[in-house]
Amino acid sequence: MSDQMKKAPYVVPIGPIHPALKEPVQFLFDVEGEVVKKADFAPGQTHRGIEWMGMRRNPVQIIHMTDRICGICGVTHSFAFARAVEQIVDIEVPPHAEYIRVIIAEFERIQSHLLWAGVAAHELGFDTLFYLAWRVREEAMDVIEYITGNRVNYGLIQVGGVRRDITPEQHPTIQKCLDGYRDLLGKMLNLFLHDTTISIRCKDCGLLSFEQALNLCTVGPTARASGVMKDVRFDYPYSAYGDLDITPILPSAYGGEINGDVYDRIVVRLLEVAQSIEIIETCLKEMPDGPILWEPKLPKLLSACKKAHGEAVGRHEAPRGECLHYVAMDGHDAPAMWKVKASSYSNLHAWIPMLEGEQLADVPIIVASIDPCLSCTDRVAVIRGTKRDLLTKEDLHRLSVEKTRRIQGC
Amino acid sequence: MLTIEMILMTVAAAVVLSVLGIAFGLLLLGIDRRVSARMQARIGPPLSQPYIDLKKLLSKENIIPENAVASIFNAAPIIALASSLIVLLYLPIGSMMPVLGGYGDLILVMYLLAVPALAMVAGGFASGSPYATIGAQREMVSMIAYELPLASIVIAVAWLLYSSGITDPFALSSVVANPVWTMVGPLGMVGLFVLLLTFAWVSPAELSKIPFDTPEAETELAGGILVEYSGKNLGLFTVAQGVKTLVMGGLAVAIFFPWNISPLLGLTSYAAMAVDAIFFFLKVIILMILSVTVIRTGLARFRITHVVTLFWVYLGLAGLFGLSLVILDSVLMGGF
Repeated sequence: MSDQMKKAPYVVPIGPIHPALKEPVQFLFDVEGEVVKKADFAPGQTHRGIEWMGMRRNPVQIIHMTDRICGICGVTHSFAFARAVEQIVDIEVPPHAEYIRVIIAEFERIQSHLLWAGVAAHELGFDTLFYLAWRVREEAMDVIEYITGNRVNYGLIQVGGVRRDITPEQHPTIQKCLDGYRDLLGKMLNLFLHDTTISIRCKDCGLLSFEQALNLCTVGPTARASGVMKDVRFDYPYSAYGDLDITPILPSAYGGEINGDVYDRIVVRLLEVAQSIEIIETCLKEMPDGPILWEPKLPKLLSACKKAHGEAVGRHEAPRGECLHYVAMDGHDAPAMWKVKASSYSNLHAWIPMLEGEQLADVPIIVASIDPCLSCTDRVAVIRGTKRDLLTKEDLHRLSVEKTRRIQGC
Repeated sequence: MLTIEMILMTVAAAVVLSVLGIAFGLLLLGIDRRVSARMQARIGPPLSQPYIDLKKLLSKENIIPENAVASIFNAAPIIALASSLIVLLYLPIGSMMPVLGGYGDLILVMYLLAVPALAMVAGGFASGSPYATIGAQREMVSMIAYELPLASIVIAVAWLLYSSGITDPFALSSVVANPVWTMVGPLGMVGLFVLLLTFAWVSPAELSKIPFDTPEAETELAGGILVEYSGKNLGLFTVAQGVKTLVMGGLAVAIFFPWNISPLLGLTSYAAMAVDAIFFFLKVIILMILSVTVIRTGLARFRITHVVTLFWVYLGLAGLFGLSLVILDSVLMGGF
């Protein structure tokens, strides 16, 4: 081949819409042969202005909007937001409600990790495993529907507690589902971790070293798979997690070395399903009696919120890692400021070191391996005139200087 | 001598066989989808789904990308279908001898099998899409990879026939007339069995099925080589895929399982031909389920590097091992 005909590296665009991506994000790869030389990505394709809507509503209305930030984490965002508001208003959540919150949060982790396992299998071209994982996931979905009345947007969390109780009559059904999962888990571990095709595709693929994971501030299973001991439930115990014995799960728990590859991320997520089963069982056993709400009368709750001044950060360990809500209230119905930082926001930048130098064939599974949730993440889209634009660090610095001057009135 | 009558007979037989081949090829695709679905605890589409799909595709317009080379882009599906149909005419169906039997042999069949893949590569490169380009490169690499094991099977069969003193060792009619299993000792049996397994792994690669569907790789390349094809062109590729499935099954039947059922039933003439044809199709269905459906349901997709390693190192060695066992056997038996 003559030099003129060589056009490598050529650019392969993936996204914003592509079968490998479950949500819109754009990738640009410089590819030589089958090897990715340089990777870049552009999020912000699915911005919905949910914070803007929230800052025109009162906390009880926002709680129901937070359910709809993510399609999979139905409780993560409402949990984090409720915790922020409760700190500002100085609400003490009844212990019974805290246990119910933990139970539903852990069921969410089970269904989210199983959903991810199915997606991962599909990205590898292993559809049989995908169907199996999603069929198994239905058990958790059924129990979530049994507890909350809904499969996706649970609407369970309220500022100061939960809206539905888990009564002792419901325990046998929940317990039956947990027992079913315990029996299945060995089978799932065997299918995912001992299958030859999965091993050769996932081992030493999409590597993220301990240092990179730490420097990029990754969270959740992505960080833990690289050996970072990081879990909000363990580091800053909140809600009922303080009463429970939780240690972050590292891939070494399955007896291997920590490589920080896609395989380790599968290990961490599957073992976390087992951990969640244990947590729910303990919660069911040790759940104290009591009310489920700090204040069942909404007007009273709202007036307490309206009187409150202050700011707080609510955090929750979502299935994908730490989810953070910042809320500031200044004596109005609506909060003065509401900022959502989803877990995927911290994990997206890990894509670049993971993807560079890898084969094009491994791009889908590596992209999926951090379990990205982009509708949670996208908080801004920059438009100038009719065209999309980018804000650089210099732009942001200039804007913040301008705003500071404006606030100071000079 | 060629007479007008013979030519007419051949043409008529070719037309009938092509139509039957297309119909049965699509049915094979339907069976594959159905069985795979049942293995995944799904209900799956009805057996007629490929026909419904084809009907819809044929009623839709062709969309040709702006930067595609239109002539090659449009020619590729026709060439793919035509060449797979021609292979069919070289295959014996049950007790019916190949329609074009006198004009080609196993070597020609091997070359013709490469043509649909080559047409897809040309069509992929002509699409002007980066996905299709990568898909076409992968298809070329996998073609080069699976030719070696396939060649070793053909050589083994021809060697066997040649060493037994059969005059036309490469002709498919002599392959069918002399079942290979009857001509070897125990060592050769082992060798042939290794070759049969090798053939079972070559079939899904030839048909671009999981785990060897890297050229199409839905999640990576969004359909790869076929990404820009739509409407009638895509319909033709679907038909070609069905016929290719039939051809690969037919080839396996001809080489490894050529026995017919009519002598057992004591049938003759046309009844025998019909019964044998049905028996042939049954054998093809069973072979396809074993070597395509089961493998594609039970495995994840390989990287292209894995495909090359598998075919050149493991299956290449297996093919050569089988071939040398067969040769050793015939030398030991003193046939040569």
